[in-house]
This record gives sequence, C-alpha cells and structure tokens, in this order.
Amino acid sequence: MIRFENVSVTYTGASAPTLAAVDLEVPEGELVLLVGPSGVGKSTLLGAVSGLVPHFTGGTLRGRVTVDGRDTRLHKPRELADVVGTVGQDPLAHFVTDTVEDELAYGMESLGLAPEVMRRRVEETLDLLGLAELRDRPIATLSGGQQQRVAIGSVLTPHPKVLVLDEPTSALDPGAAEDVLAVLQRLVHDLGTTVLMAEHRLERVVQYADRVVLLPEGVMGPPADIMSLSPVFPPVVDLGRLAGWSPLPLTVRDARRRAGDLRARLAGRAPAPAAAGPTGPTGCSAPPASGSAASGPTAPGAGPGPAGPTAGRGGGSTPPASDPAAPGPTAGGGPAGLLPHPAPSRNWGLRPQTPAPQTPAGLNMPAPTDPRPGPRPPTLRTPAGLNTPPQGAGAAAPVEEPPTRPRQGFGKGRGGGISRFWRRRTDAPAPVPTSTPSPLLAVDALGVRRGRVEALRRVDLRVRAGETVALMGRNGAGKSTLLNALVGTLAPTSGSVLVGGRVPHRTAPQELIREVGLVPQEPRDLLYADTVAAECAAADADAGAPPGTCRALVSELVPGVADDTHPRDLSEGQRLTLALAVVLTGRPPLLLLDEPTRGLDYAAKGRLVRILTGLAAEGHGIVLATHDVELAAELAHRVVILADGEVVADGPAAEVVTSSPAFAPQVAKILAPGPWLTVGQVREALR
Amino acid sequence: MAFPSGTTLRPLRAPEANRSNALHAGAWWLWALGLATAASRTTNPLLLGLLVGVAGYVVAARRTDAPWARSYGAFVKLGLFVVAVRLVFTMALGSPIPGTHVLFTVPEVPLPDWVQGVRIGGRFTAEQLVFALYDGAKLATLLICVGAANALANPARLLKSLPGALYEAGVAVVVAMTFAPNMVADVVRLRTARRLRGRPTGGVKAVLQIGLPVLEGALERSIAVAASMDARGYGRTAEVPAAVRRTTNVLTLGGLLGVCAGSYGLLAASGAGYGFPVLVGGLLAAAGGLALGGRRSVRTRYRPDRWGVRAWLVAGSGVAVAALMIWAAAYDPGALHPGVVPLTAPQLPLWPALSVLVGLVPAFVAPVPKESS
Repeated sequence: MIRFENVSVTYTGASAPTLAAVDLEVPEGELVLLVGPSGVGKSTLLGAVSGLVPHFTGGTLRGRVTVDGRDTRLHKPRELADVVGTVGQDPLAHFVTDTVEDELAYGMESLGLAPEVMRRRVEETLDLLGLAELRDRPIATLSGGQQQRVAIGSVLTPHPKVLVLDEPTSALDPGAAEDVLAVLQRLVHDLGTTVLMAEHRLERVVQYADRVVLLPEGVMGPPADIMSLSPVFPPVVDLGRLAGWSPLPLTVRDARRRAGDLRARLAGRAPAPAAAGPTGPTGCSAPPASGSAASGPTAPGAGPGPAGPTAGRGGGSTPPASDPAAPGPTAGGGPAGLLPHPAPSRNWGLRPQTPAPQTPAGLNMPAPTDPRPGPRPPTLRTPAGLNTPPQGAGAAAPVEEPPTRPRQGFGKGRGGGISRFWRRRTDAPAPVPTSTPSPLLAVDALGVRRGRVEALRRVDLRVRAGETVALMGRNGAGKSTLLNALVGTLAPTSGSVLVGGRVPHRTAPQELIREVGLVPQEPRDLLYADTVAAECAAADADAGAPPGTCRALVSELVPGVADDTHPRDLSEGQRLTLALAVVLTGRPPLLLLDEPTRGLDYAAKGRLVRILTGLAAEGHGIVLATHDVELAAELAHRVVILADGEVVADGPAAEVVTSSPAFAPQVAKILAPGPWLTVGQVREALR
Repeated sequence: MAFPSGTTLRPLRAPEANRSNALHAGAWWLWALGLATAASRTTNPLLLGLLVGVAGYVVAARRTDAPWARSYGAFVKLGLFVVAVRLVFTMALGSPIPGTHVLFTVPEVPLPDWVQGVRIGGRFTAEQLVFALYDGAKLATLLICVGAANALANPARLLKSLPGALYEAGVAVVVAMTFAPNMVADVVRLRTARRLRGRPTGGVKAVLQIGLPVLEGALERSIAVAASMDARGYGRTAEVPAAVRRTTNVLTLGGLLGVCAGSYGLLAASGAGYGFPVLVGGLLAAAGGLALGGRRSVRTRYRPDRWGVRAWLVAGSGVAVAALMIWAAAYDPGALHPGVVPLTAPQLPLWPALSVLVGLVPAFVAPVPKESS
C-alpha cells in the first residue's frame, strides 16, 4: 500500500539528510507504528506519505514514494487526498470550518462526492467516533480529546485507504487516548484501513501495532522483535527485558501471565531498595510507621547536602540545631538580600522531614555513575529527631535562606548537585506530618469561575518543601486553571491561595517569580529572545540574579547548547529545559509544570525526571499537571486527581495511582498486588 | 420565545433549530438590511429606538452560543461610541444649525478668513445638540442592525451560497477571518506568560515584545492550516476542455470591463444613453463566466441551507419594514424627521411605528436555538 524505495529527504539548508535511504513496504490493512528518538525524521516520513514532503515543506526527496500505486512526486497532496488522510500534531491547526458536522464533510466536499453519500458517511462517522452529541457544536468549544476525534473523523469520511497520524494521543488524557486508539483499531479491523502513526507514548500504542518501524535504521518488523532492540520502549518492555522474558510482552495482559515468577521473587521485598531496604520491607501503599519514617529522612539529608561539599553535612542537617547554620555558608550575600521572604516560606528548616517519600529510584538510568554513598544510610536514619523538632528550627531559620538553597545545589555542577540525589530512593508515601505550619503552598476552598463555567470548586491543596505533587484528571478537569491560579494569572472567585505567604494575583510579577515559577504547556511562550544567551541574560535581569546565573543552569541541565542557538531550533526537550532554567533563575521554592512530557521521547523524559528529582531533593516543592501516568509514578510523592474542577482523590502516589486502572502505571498493573510502580524499583529490588 | 397565543397554534410554533431547518444566512442578512434601510430613512429618535429594540429582541430570542453570536454587544458599543463622537465633533467644530437656546459658550478660536464655515468653540445650542444626537442615533442604528445579522447568521454558512467558482476564494477568506480571534487568544496567552517571567503585563513595551511571537505564531498556524487544507483536497480541479477555459476567461474579464465602463457611463453626464445597457451586458457576461468557471470546480455542497417558508417570512419582514418606511417617508416626511428648529418634542407616528414592529416576525418564526447546557 505504501512503498518507500531508497528514500532520502534533505531540507533546504540542512547539512545532512533528515531521512536517509529508507526502504519500506507497508502492506494493506496494517497498523504500523513509527518509533524512534526525537529528531530522527518521523514527521518527515509521515509527511512524505501524504505528499506534503516535499511539495509543501520544500526540500529534496530522492528515491520514490508510492501510495496505492501513485507516485508522490507526480501527485500533489490534494490529488492524494482521496487515498491518504493526514492528521498532524495539533488538531486545531487542522480545522478548516467551524462546526463539527461541516468539518467532517469538508474533505468529501473537496472530492466532490454526491450529497447523499456525504450525508450517510457523516452520520456513520459521527457514530463511529461517538461524536453524535457534538454535531452542531462549534469546534472551538470542544475539549482536546473531542477535537482529536473530530480531526480523525474529518479525514475518515472520504474513506482514505491510508491514515497517517502524527502523535495522535500525546495531548490526551488516558481515557480519551484509549477512545482514539479503539477507533483506530476498529478502522484497521473493520474497514481494512492502513494506519501509519508516530507516537512517543509507546505504553499507550505499542500493543495495537501490527508492525513497528524503527527509525533512523528504517527496519520494520513485528513489535516484539523491534522492541527488543529499540532504544525507546515502554515500561512493560523494560520490565520484560529486565526479567529476561522472550518473546517480549507488549501488553499488560501478556506480561501478567509471565510475571508469576517475578512476583514470587519480589514477594518478600518492598520497593524501597536503598535506604529503607535494610531497615525492613514495608509496603509501599500502606505507609508504615517506622520503615518509612526511616526512609523519609533520606531525602532531607540529601536536601541540605548540596549546600556544601559536605559529606558531613548530610548528617549534620538532621538535627534541627544545625539547620540555622546552613544558611550561613550558603546565603552568599548578594542574592539573599534581594529576596525578601515572608515568614510562611520559612519552612525550609523543615524540608528535611518532608522528604521525597518515594522518589522512585531506579528510573534513573545513570545508576552506574552514582556513587551510592555508603555512609549515608546511617546519617539518614535518624528520623525520630527529625520529625518534630525541625519545625521550630525551621521557623527560626533566617528568611533569606530558602531561595539560596536551590541555587547552591545547581552551582555545584552535575556531579555534586543534582546527580547525587538521583539515586536517593526511599518510598513509603508521605510519611510526613500533614499539617506542617507553613507549607510552600496553601490553597483553601479555591473556586475559579470563567464566565458561567465553574472551572474549580472548593479545591484544597497543600504542598510542602521537597514534595512533588502530580495533578491528574481528564482534559478540561481544571488542572491548568489551578496552576494558573497558583501563579496569579487567574484571580480566585472564592477561597484563597497563598504561595510562600503571598497572594499570587496581588503580588507584583517581579516578586512573585521568586516564590513560584510555572513552565507552561507550551514552553515557547516563555522565550522571547533570538538566542539562548540573550534569553539567559534577560532571565537574569528579570529575576535580579547575578549575570550568568541562568546560563549556568542551562549548562547544567542541558549540556551542549550553544549560546547562539535560536530557541526555536532546540529540540522539544531542550526547549522545555531552557524554559525550566529560565524559571529557576528566580529561585522559586515552588515550581509548577504544565504537561511537561508532551512531545518528549523517553530519553528526554528520563532527563526531566532526573532534573526534577534533584530539584525536589534540594527542597523545591513541585506541582506537575500531567496525563502521563508513568511520569507521575516515577516522580510524584502525592497524586491529586481533579474531576470537573473538584478534587476527587488526594493521597500518596502509590495508593492513588494503583487504586484506579486509568491512572495506574504499567508496572503496577503487571505486579498488581505488589506495591511496585516503576521498573526502576523492581530493578533495584532484584539487585 | 413562545408563540403568543395558545394551544391551537402549537403546530405552527417555531421548531427547535438544528442543521436541517437552519434558517438561510441570506434571510437574516436581508432582514437586517431591511431594518437598516428603514433606519436610514428617519431621524425620529423614537422610531430609531423602536428599530433598535426590534433588532435587539430578535437577537435575544434567536441567537446561539456560537462565538460569532457574541459580536452583537460589540456592535452596540460601537453604536454608542459613534453617537458620542458625533456629539463631541459638533461641540468642538460647531454646526451650521442655527439655534436660540444657548446651552453654554466656549471661547471661540479666531480663525483666518479663508477657513470659512469652520468654527472652533463658540456658542453651543440645544438645537445643535439635538440635531447631532438624531444624526448619531441614525448611524448607530445602522450599525446595530448589521451587528444583529452578524450575531444571527453564521458567516461561514453564507459562503455555501456562493457560486462554485468563488467558493474556494470564500473558504480562504473565512479561514483568514478566524485568525483574528486566534491572534487575540495568542496575545492574551503571551501576556500572561510575561507575568511568569516577572515582567509587567501591561504597557507599550509588553505589546512590542509579544508582537513578534504573536506574528510568528500566526504565520506558523497559517502554514499548518494551508498544509491541512491541501492534504484534504482543497483546490482540486476537474479537467475541462481548453475551449471552455478560454471562454470562461474571456467572459469574466470582458464582463468586469463592461461593468466598469457601464458604471462610468451611468455616472458621467454624457454617457447616460449607453451606460445602462453596457452595465447590464457586463453583469450578464460576468455571471456567465462564473457559471462556466464553476465547471472546473469538483466541489459538492454538504447540506446547504434551504430557502424555505420561514426564510421567506424572515427576509420578507425585513423587506416589508424597509418598503413601508420608504413609503411613509414619501407620504409624511415630517413625522420621520422631527423638527429641530424650532425645537419640538418628537412624536411617535402610529403607522410607521406599526410597520417597524413587522420586523419582530423572525422572533416568532425562526427556529429556536437549543438551550445551551
């Protein structure tokens, strides 16, 4: 159906071909998945099928691409419209008309189908995609998942033989993604449509694929074979490789069948390998009193750690008394003075005891590089003293302290700063006293209305230093609204938000960025300058930080980005990290991220996880809104689920995430009764 | 929105709107232009107020929740602004209306002789004020009528009624029009993003700094939409014989030339004789060209709006209001243009007022939009 014969694509001005010597043949009626790291030309390959590459994008295509026997060199995209249906990454950019029904009909109108045929197909498609209720709705008023379904429907109506989709589920919540994939599978099975799609979230799609194409090698094969050599793979495959299963399982179901012995091997263990392991296995989902308490402090030990080239500091930090001392060396004068901190954010002294309860350890590939400090466990295991007294100590700590900390950590460079904490693994969700006097963030009965829509109703949320909270929920549940209210771009209609003791929407932006930073869904919105260097200089100026601060952060977080690169030319992951560095320049104790993994491949995601784990260890409170259950499982200590603007679940990640199938990560489903969330935990435990 | 009388008329009540009984967009525009024509024939503030009331009532009764339906408020504000501007200009520049009721006197700026007829400052009389108000109200009513049409009819639907040869151009125009709201959304988003960088969100500097990203975004979006339209078959053409193509070109170009020459003839003093026939000939040729050109387009129309009885009633009511008002203007001009010098209280002439009320017909016959959930 689709045939690539020795195809290379070189864009104008590019030094190397984006796609080199690809030979492929996709048979009719197959669902073929395109996988590979970012930037290997997945979108280019898809564009070549619809003829948009090179007719629309420019560039040179060598070789031959034929679709249903038509050579794309001789046929323009519009002449392939009856054979190929294309849906790009952004459904909004796809729509030509303004209501659902017209949109579904548009393609058929262009092809000149008879009115009766159009009418019948529109009705069929409305049913197929479950859009009947929405037929008269203006497209602009639909949610993301609905828009994606309309976009797919709009290319289905002309009954194309080939459907080309670029990341169809990236922007969708798990439920909506399953709807879309179910539709695709129905098309393949019932109508014999050939589907070619690229997707980063393999855990969602790989089980639906008949074949997988791995780029840049351009090899095609059965999913299990390709997955065994692919550099990108979903957690289920990771677990399969770890357990040495062959053939590799691709679905949770397959993996569960094989997992009997693995479950048995893991039976006596708990996912708290490093610190808690020795102390004794404790269930992850049932926060155990002692075991977890012991592990809790690990984080804190780590937190202050960066403050110094201080092997000893880790230990020293545990007793409250030493805490006030910490600022001394760290404050470093200048910056501290710039950052007037109101009392509430002072609980940095507390940070030690609000540890990353179970920053799942093993996720982090860099395991080998990590010198798991032998000495640490002892120092860490002084939990008793930690839990209560530090509060007082914290209160006494100088106000300027908090902001300086994260900086310090960063300044250290990778080895000393973040990487040290990559491995910090503890578990036992939130063994932390829930009512610390001064959380970084206090949201009480927050309500936000937009017009007649109540976007948020009576939302309560507390985030303490060192804690990572994942906000989940379907598209339109109010996650972004909540984040916007936290940074003051939306004023609450009722209730209150206090960030570091300030009311965000009444605080001047210059001051607010020292309390809270938000990396928006589209990181590009934060970047105005032409070059990375200019962006960093502007960020330093905005935040009143010493020149070079932001650049140092960038070099630390994304090594190898040249000063004169245009932010637009960065990869998705690099751009996100640049925006993150810009936000961190203000040293906000509270960091918010909206949908950070959209468009990231596994490698970029892994880097992000390591960065965020390190930041949490240094005492940043992190709130991330995400649809990515795997990310939430790896990072979050607590998960908050929003539905229709209300909090419907708020608890330790392991509990919340495993209690609902939609939000459970694959590993949790496979090892179900066990408390395991990530492959990393399992790997550690088996070690 | 209920039909005024009881159960016996229930079968005649307006149905709930859906795609199949949607009123033709052209009907709404005819209705609104009818009201606007009526407004242009009078300066009686009571009649103008009645027209605004009629348009407002119909909009309130029949508009949907769609984004384009929200423009009515903007048009009303624009109308009020026009009235205000008219008043300010009268005050500042004076007006030729004589008057005896001096309200206040502003020191007059002495101007040289050669700017006769222009005055800055000076006496300001009640007559001038009233005249300006009447005049401004007329303009405002015109605008509000156009706003009503905008709110009631989906502009994209109007396109469906374009001749085939123009349809593609029309789609391009509609897509281009959707960029304005998108760019506004971009500006809002980028302004809030500025806050995240710790910069003030207001001021000229903010606008300048986000200007470039906004334009960049708009450009990228337009390219993406163009790609999508191309991939979905926009601009596919059927093969037509070369002869037909040439005839189309000749007819269209010749027709347009004829229209130009004809209009010139009509307007110029000398050419009254040949002007009209040339104009008509040109129009016919152009229409023929469009019809032939339509053969190149393979497009079909999905569920075009039908022009049914309700559309006739809606359009007819607008036309009736216009016709009655034009007739009234000839029959009793005094009632439609209340005197300003000397000042008299405007009176509501009975028959013109009743004829304006005919414009309420759509509020009873047009299909009722679904209640938004």
